[in-house]
Amino acid sequence: MRNVFTIAGREFRSIFTSPIAYVVLTGFLLLGGWFFFNLVARFNLLVSMYSSFQQMGDTATRLNLNEFVLAPLLQNLAVILVILVPMITMRSFAEEKRTGTYELLLTSPVGTGQIVIGKFLGAAGFITIMVGLTSIYGIILAAFGNPELGVMVSGYLGLLLLALSFVAVGLFASSLTENQIIAAVTGLVMLLLLFVISWPADSAGETLGAILRYVSVTEHFGEMVQGIIDTKSLIYFASMVIGWMFLTQRSVESIRWR
Amino acid sequence: MIEVHDLTKRYGDRAAVNGIRFTAEKGQILGFLGPNGAGKSTTMRMLTGFLPPSGGSARVAGFDVTTQSEEVRRRIGYLPENPPLYPEMTVRSYLTFVARLKGVTRGRVRGACDDAIARMGLAEVEGRLLAHLSKGFKQRVGLAQALVHDPEVLVLDEPTIGLDPRQIIEIRSLIRGLSGDRTVILSTHILPEVSQICDKVVIINEGRVICEDSRENLTRDATLEEVFLRLITADTAEREAPEPAPRPEDGA
Repeated sequence: MRNVFTIAGREFRSIFTSPIAYVVLTGFLLLGGWFFFNLVARFNLLVSMYSSFQQMGDTATRLNLNEFVLAPLLQNLAVILVILVPMITMRSFAEEKRTGTYELLLTSPVGTGQIVIGKFLGAAGFITIMVGLTSIYGIILAAFGNPELGVMVSGYLGLLLLALSFVAVGLFASSLTENQIIAAVTGLVMLLLLFVISWPADSAGETLGAILRYVSVTEHFGEMVQGIIDTKSLIYFASMVIGWMFLTQRSVESIRWR
Repeated sequence: MIEVHDLTKRYGDRAAVNGIRFTAEKGQILGFLGPNGAGKSTTMRMLTGFLPPSGGSARVAGFDVTTQSEEVRRRIGYLPENPPLYPEMTVRSYLTFVARLKGVTRGRVRGACDDAIARMGLAEVEGRLLAHLSKGFKQRVGLAQALVHDPEVLVLDEPTIGLDPRQIIEIRSLIRGLSGDRTVILSTHILPEVSQICDKVVIINEGRVICEDSRENLTRDATLEEVFLRLITADTAEREAPEPAPRPEDGA
């Protein structure tokens, strides 16, 4: 366990000492803020429009902050995470291979599983902070409006689980190469695929359609954004993290097979 | 302390290391000598558990490198050809990280780092970032990380490559001071280095050991340069290598 924390601590600090982290963090918050501002502005417009018509006043009361601001905001943030998480994870293994520190890690009395878990925790720590900072939007909504708190918490939990699964995918991509750009592009493509894999589900027949829907992150995340925390979704995210970390461990270990 | 038996590493059809065997005793400094591409680094990577052998076996400090890899890794200090440094860390934080990674117990991490820093003369730069150090200091930090956990065996891959003459002399005397009850394996293609610091010499060429002897025996009648050239030339000729080495023809 101590080895895991040693590696996680170094990884976490190393992310924070690299300029990439600050660029990613700034970009994420800037875009998030822009989406939030626009969604709130649109919501205000809708409310004032509907309330100005006497006969539709009823509709105005049914406009809901969760549905019109928070849900689209979280969906947008998820799309940005598809692009930004690979930027954070691309270094983790690729850079070590390039600079030769990989040799230090692998010749230390540390298991490859411990290395992978340590790297995951380090990157996950950073991503959690990144996602955590966006909770300011939720706090603003709660302070000035009356969103349903349960739905909001469920949505943020969904975003966090989604981000952690992305970290595991990104680590795997990074473990395949010593080139950071290749790691980032591979990670991005894999995440995009996971995002859109359910698109042909409706025309793919019953069994295949169900499988595609289950594999896609969008379906599970979408449910959580609506406030539905299904065990199926929790198991899905857990198996994503564990499954991709297992593959990463195999990829790191593969140097010992050649 | 180190016993290597028919150790082999194949990449596809090509054998980078082909059934080499040698031994090193406790307290010895063994010079691992050979032309570039002879298989020195590959052998060291197998001894340190970074690469698995394709055949043969090796024991380090009594443990098998394949089946008891973790025990071996606990007892070995390794300086790869490029010192494995994280540029964004300071010398002290880096050594602390390595000490923890190598399993130095919690209470002794600080002392182990103090020791390595004092020994390698790093006190004046301990707060500096590794990225900002000169090549000589980087090499010393590389050595410091190899011995921070006080290993029984030190494996140093070309420790003086790319240094200026003054730094080379410094590093050599540091290495000389490191032996004692440690076994040191040092790879190089710089012959004077071996004559100056090693007790024993293993010469390899194209993945095979062509000579294993003490330095005194080898240099009794001739200089190490002459012995090395004679052995390598004879070995290469014997093999009738399909691709003749591009060297100027002796016209005279």
